[in-house]
Amino acid sequence: MVEFTLPKNSRITEGKVWPAPQGAQNLREYRVYRWNPDDGKNPSIDTYSVDLDDCGPMVLDALIWIKNKIDPTLTLRRSCREGVCGSCAMNIDGENTLACTKDMAEISGPIRVYPLPHEKVVKDLIPDLSNFFAQHALIQPWLQTETPAPEKEWKQSREDREKLDGLYECILCACCSTSCPEYWWNPDRYLGPATLLHAYRWVIDSRDESTGERLDQLEDPFRLYRCVTILNCSKACPKGLNPAKAIAELKKLMVERQKI
Amino acid sequence: MAEHPARVERPLSPHLQIYRMTFTFVMSGFHRVTGIVTYGGFLLVVWWLVAAAAGPNEYAWVQWFFSTWIGRLVMFGFSWGLIHHSLGGVRHLIWDTGRGFEPHEREWLARATLIGSISLTLLAWIIGGFVMGGLR
Repeated sequence: MVEFTLPKNSRITEGKVWPAPQGAQNLREYRVYRWNPDDGKNPSIDTYSVDLDDCGPMVLDALIWIKNKIDPTLTLRRSCREGVCGSCAMNIDGENTLACTKDMAEISGPIRVYPLPHEKVVKDLIPDLSNFFAQHALIQPWLQTETPAPEKEWKQSREDREKLDGLYECILCACCSTSCPEYWWNPDRYLGPATLLHAYRWVIDSRDESTGERLDQLEDPFRLYRCVTILNCSKACPKGLNPAKAIAELKKLMVERQKI
Repeated sequence: MAEHPARVERPLSPHLQIYRMTFTFVMSGFHRVTGIVTYGGFLLVVWWLVAAAAGPNEYAWVQWFFSTWIGRLVMFGFSWGLIHHSLGGVRHLIWDTGRGFEPHEREWLARATLIGSISLTLLAWIIGGFVMGGLR
């Protein structure tokens, strides 16, 4: 169901304003969502001043700078720092993206950083993505075949392989799913854009032999058809993929297979 | 045995409150709202037909209501809702063929739907109201 307000325990309060570093000339204001499971308080927004002369260009550089130089308790996920692992997905300046590939020069004014939207918060910028990954597991994202395995690899023509372009690159960062209002309101029943993109990736894989079963699994008013083409997903994807189009292709296949 | 603290109730991260509105999101909202408006608008059509069947006095009363400025405002809203929702339906038909999802296409489609619905509504009122004399 649509929710316009946050639950009582989730309302955001004004947090601490951290002093600017001594002698810094080139400062940038960061307003970062904080929540500590141990102090029993509501989430708050802490304000930091980042010394740009001492820090890399990306939002992730600034967050790590804050953690190293100002406040070691700031908690976030990060790993590859080059947009291939998907760990540092968060809401920056009102849009979901990867902190490591988001250039802070593209943002005007104070840089607002929140965890991915409408998820339970583990701590600070870390959302609990258990449901997201359970949904990904639900569509059985692996090759399923009935014919006996060939001696070497499963072969695929160049043309069939090309059908996976724009799909296989997904890094499961959850930017798309957590940008989708339908996913916000129905996270337990709607599979969300990321999972559906993966479902489509296996449905159109020429080597996979479970296409019918895969489509059967999606034939549901919520799992697939809760998508109403708001298109936030495709706009958010930091890898430039198009989950909304993948969902449309799935809907098309659903109709096409009804033809006799 | 160490004491386990009570299970912490985790907060929900903010969503509508912080997400930057996208044009396509607003247009999705418009499509739903105009769907409801159209639904309500057809109740007015039913009212008008029932009045016409009921007799000249009832019909005259309904006609009077639709000629008041508030009645005309309601009719204007209904006509825009109907036209906007119809164009939104065309947009969904295009999407159903798997087309119109590229970044420039989806923004263009959203813009075309809104501009189209406003201009067609104004055109319908100009033709119906002034050229054909509906507004006298």
